Amino acid sequence: MAADTKPRALLHVPATAKRGEVIEIKTLIAHPMESGYRAGPNGSVLPRDIIQHFVCTYNGEEIFRAELSPAIAANPFITFFTVATQSGTIAFEWSGDNGFAAREQAAITVE
Amino acid sequence: MLSRFLPPCGSDLMHPTRRAVLIAGASIALAPPASATPAMLAAAIRGVVGVGNLQKGRVTFEMPPLVENGNAVPLTVNVESPMTEADHVTAIYVFNEKNPQPHVISVVLGARAGKARLSTRIKLADAQRVVGIAALSDGSFWMGEADVIVTIAACVEDVN
Repeated sequence: MAADTKPRALLHVPATAKRGEVIEIKTLIAHPMESGYRAGPNGSVLPRDIIQHFVCTYNGEEIFRAELSPAIAANPFITFFTVATQSGTIAFEWSGDNGFAAREQAAITVE
Repeated sequence: MLSRFLPPCGSDLMHPTRRAVLIAGASIALAPPASATPAMLAAAIRGVVGVGNLQKGRVTFEMPPLVENGNAVPLTVNVESPMTEADHVTAIYVFNEKNPQPHVISVVLGARAGKARLSTRIKLADAQRVVGIAALSDGSFWMGEADVIVTIAACVEDVN
């Protein structure tokens, strides 16, 4: 992926939540997740190109981390839960092969 | 990459010599192994659990028992836990039996998660067993598994 194009990511984070409520967070990012086991048009194996790490922080504190493998389908979709503790920012970071890095964030208001 | 298949003296590609064909055949045979084995799965599980005791239960999968396309199989892992400071899930690992690598995904979470539940989409190279392992804050490990039948496998199709 060219360095100047921002990878497309979709986030689903509730805009508001009650304090202590368990909220669901859904993330999806555009990425081929080339496994490194498939043959290309000329018969040679396509080099691996995957996202390896995913980290989610809530107001700077890490709440969830995932290590991905080539067995994750293209356009990685990850859903997990967290407790809404305070208003602020939930940030997401993906990083992987060939210097892939992406960052997104969502604001949440906790009443 | 084609240069790999050419003999050192560089003969015509359209009329390869018998030697060139044999060399090409040999390099295909040296391709990485097509699938992990149950032994590799066991080794991967041992790598996570170490000398600890692995108990069955608490981990459940929500997966279709029969999938048409192995390129994107929805997977949900659920771990039964109160998710309190004293008793929570610290990590969830997912392994498979027959993909080229046994590792699928591993996540780190804590009491703040509120619910030990994870969803994603995975590739499956064959009909096989998927194993989930949960590490708990008290140091115990729990295991659950699911059998999935795949009609069109991932990883086998070539890019054209």
